[in-house]
Amino acid sequence: MADINLKINGMECKAPAGSTILQAAKLNNIDIPTLCYMKEINEIGACRICVVEVKGARSLVAACVYPINEGMEVLTNSPRVLNARKKTLQLILSDHNKSCLSCVRSGQCELQTLCKQYGVDNEHMYDGIVNESEIDGTAAHMIRDNSKCILCRRCVAACAKTQGIGVIGANERGFKTNIGSAFEVGLAETSCVCCGQCIAVCPTGALYEKDFVDQVVADLNDPEKYVVVQTAPAVRAGLGEEFGYPIGTNVEGKMAAALRRIGFNKVFDTNFSADLTIMEEGTEFIERVQNGGKLPLITSCSPGWIKFCEHYYPDMIDNLSSCKSPQQMFGAVTKTYFAEKMGIDPKKIVCVSVMPCTAKKFEVGRADQSAAGVPDVDYSLTTRELARLIKRYGIDFNNLPDEGFDDPLGEGSGAAVIFGATGGVMEAALRTVVFKLTGEKDGSPIEFKEVRGVEGIKEATYDVAGIKVNIAVASGLANARKVLDMVKSGEKNYHFIEIMACPGGCVNGGGQPRVPANIRNFNDIREMRAKALYSIDEANTIRFSHENESVKKLYAEYLEKPGSHKAHEILHTSYVKRTINK
Amino acid sequence: MGSKKKIPFNGTADQEAALRRVVAELKNEKGALMPILQKAQDIYGYLPYEVQKIISDEMNIPIEKIYGVVTFYSQFSLYPKGKYKISVCLGTACYVKGSGSVFDKLVEKLGIEGGECTADGKFSLEACRCVGACGLAPVMTINDDVYGRLTPDQIDGILSKYN
Repeated sequence: MADINLKINGMECKAPAGSTILQAAKLNNIDIPTLCYMKEINEIGACRICVVEVKGARSLVAACVYPINEGMEVLTNSPRVLNARKKTLQLILSDHNKSCLSCVRSGQCELQTLCKQYGVDNEHMYDGIVNESEIDGTAAHMIRDNSKCILCRRCVAACAKTQGIGVIGANERGFKTNIGSAFEVGLAETSCVCCGQCIAVCPTGALYEKDFVDQVVADLNDPEKYVVVQTAPAVRAGLGEEFGYPIGTNVEGKMAAALRRIGFNKVFDTNFSADLTIMEEGTEFIERVQNGGKLPLITSCSPGWIKFCEHYYPDMIDNLSSCKSPQQMFGAVTKTYFAEKMGIDPKKIVCVSVMPCTAKKFEVGRADQSAAGVPDVDYSLTTRELARLIKRYGIDFNNLPDEGFDDPLGEGSGAAVIFGATGGVMEAALRTVVFKLTGEKDGSPIEFKEVRGVEGIKEATYDVAGIKVNIAVASGLANARKVLDMVKSGEKNYHFIEIMACPGGCVNGGGQPRVPANIRNFNDIREMRAKALYSIDEANTIRFSHENESVKKLYAEYLEKPGSHKAHEILHTSYVKRTINK
Repeated sequence: MGSKKKIPFNGTADQEAALRRVVAELKNEKGALMPILQKAQDIYGYLPYEVQKIISDEMNIPIEKIYGVVTFYSQFSLYPKGKYKISVCLGTACYVKGSGSVFDKLVEKLGIEGGECTADGKFSLEACRCVGACGLAPVMTINDDVYGRLTPDQIDGILSKYN
C-alpha cells in the first residue's frame, strides 16, 4: 500500500496507508503506551491511555484506533497529552486495589509500569467510592480478583475471539461494570476450558494461576517424600524471559541445574513421555487406519482442547486419542515403572510438573488419571511459578552451568521437544508413523515442514506406503472450531488432526511468562519461542521418538509393546461428555 | 461466589413455545439479540437464567454475552415483579424530602436490592422517577395504593397490610 506522509512530534514520518497512529509511531520508533489495545482482538479505544494530540482535532484522539492521513501532525508527548495520561491513570487507581507489595504481578504489572513512567506521584488523588468484588477461586487453575481489574477487556477478547468460548464478559454498566460470568457464577461452573489465555493477556494482577509453590516447598522439605520433577518442552523456551533473557532463548541446561539445586530427588523431562505418547498415539493411529477405527484421530496432549471438545463437541470424543497427555503419562510411568524399579512406594512419590499451561492444573484432578491408585501427577506448576520458586530459593539462574536431566526418564528425542510448538506433535507422529508404515527403513523422512509455522490452521496430504493421509493442524480454539465444523459437515476428510488450545501451541500457553502488550502487539512471541524448540530438535542426534533408548527400555522391561494391555492400563484414559450451559 | 438469588421459575410450555418461535423467526437477522430479549421479556415478564439459556442454545451464542446485555440495559429485568410491586419515587422533590432513606429501609426490610424480587415472589422493589404527587413527597406506591409523606418508621406498618 502507498505510504502516507505525516509529522509525529515535528519529525517527518512515513507509514503505509491504513495504519493507525499507534502503528505509524511504532514504525518510526516512537512508543505510545496502551492498556486495552490488543492487536486484532481488542481494538476498542476504551482505556484512553494512548491518547495523542492531532493538529486540528477538537479533542485528544485514541492512537490505537485513529487512522493516519496525509499531512497529519501528531504530538505524542505534549504537556496536554502527558497530563491526560497521568489523570487517566489516577482515575483508574481511584477504584483499584493498590496492594502492590503483595501482588503477584508487582514488577511486571503494565499499570504499575505506566504509573512510574508518567510520574503518578499521588495514587490517592481521586480516592472515592470503590466497587466491592469477590475473589473467584472456584476454578482449578486460576483466580480472578476484580479489585485489580481495570476493565480493559483483553481477557474477554482472548476468551471470545481467540478461543471462541466467551464465558467471561462485561456485566452491568457505568461504574458498576465488572468482568465475570453469566449470573455471577464462579468460573468452575461455566464451560471455561482452563486455557489461561485470559491470564496471559491481563495487564495487571487481576488474573493469575493458582499457585502451588508453597505446597511443593513443603514436600521438598518432607524427608518422607520422594519428589520428582518433569518439565514440558515449551518451558525451556520461555523460562529465560523471567530472568532477563531475550524471548526465544533456550535455557534447558540452566533450568535442569536450577531444579537440581532446589532439591528435587530426580530432575526428569516431559520430553521422555512425549516420545512415549508418539509410540502409543502412532500405534493407535495405525490401528485405526488399518482396522477401520474412528477417524479422524485427534491428538489429546492439550487439556484445554480436551475440555473444549467435551463441552462443545461431545459427539466427537470418540475421535480423541485415548492416550493420556505427556504430563500424565510421565506421572503414570513414574509411579509404576520407576517406583517399582527403585523400590519406592508410589504413595511417597510426589510428582511435580512444570508446564507452560494452566489447564494442566485441571488435568491433574481429572478422573481416570491414577495408574498406581494415586494421582499420576500431584502438582502442576506453570513456567511462572517455577521462576518464582527459583527466585525464592535465591538461585543465581543466569550464572548456573548447563546441566542435563537425570536417567532414565530424562531422555527425549528431537521429535519430543517440538511438541511445544503447533504442528510439533503431528510432525513427531509422522516421523514415526511413516517409518513404521514404510517398512522401518533407514533414511525415513524427518522434517515435515508443511505442519510448521504459526498459522492457525495448516493442512497437508502425505502419501505413505500407498495410503493417502490427510492431516490438519489447528491451534487456538476458534481455529479448532473451524476445523471440526468442516469435519462434521463433511467438507473435509482428514485422517489425523492435531489440536492445541493455545494459539501457536504450548510455547504461547497460558502458563508461560507474561509478555506485556507493548511487546506482544509488535512481535510474534509464538514464532520466537518455537524457533528455540526447532533448534533443539535439529541439534539432537536422536530425532525419532522410536529411537529413544529409555522409551525402548521401558517397553522391553515393563510395557511389552506400544498399545499392549498394560500400556493401555497405565498410559490411556477416558473422556466425559459435558454441556455448554448447565 | 455469590450467584444471583434464585426465585423459582414457573415458565409454562406455552411461554417456551412462544419464545422458541420468536428466536427462530429473528435469529438470522443482524442485531437479533435485542429484539429477541425484548420479546422474551414481553412473554415472561423478566429474563431469568432459564430464558437466557434457551436463547443461548437456540442462537448458539455464549450465555454471558446475553447476560452482559441484559444487565447493561435497565429496561431488562432478571427478576419477576412481585405480587406487590413497590415503587419508591427517587425524583427530585421526593428525594430532597427523604425518599432515599425510605428506599434504604425497604432494602433492609425486604433483603433485596432495587430491581429485585423477594424469594417468595411477594414483594418487588424499584425506584421510579415522579408519580405526579410531589405535594405528598416522599411518595411510594404499592400496586395501585399511593403512600405519601412517608418516614422510614412507617414502613413496617405498611408492609404488614400486604399478605
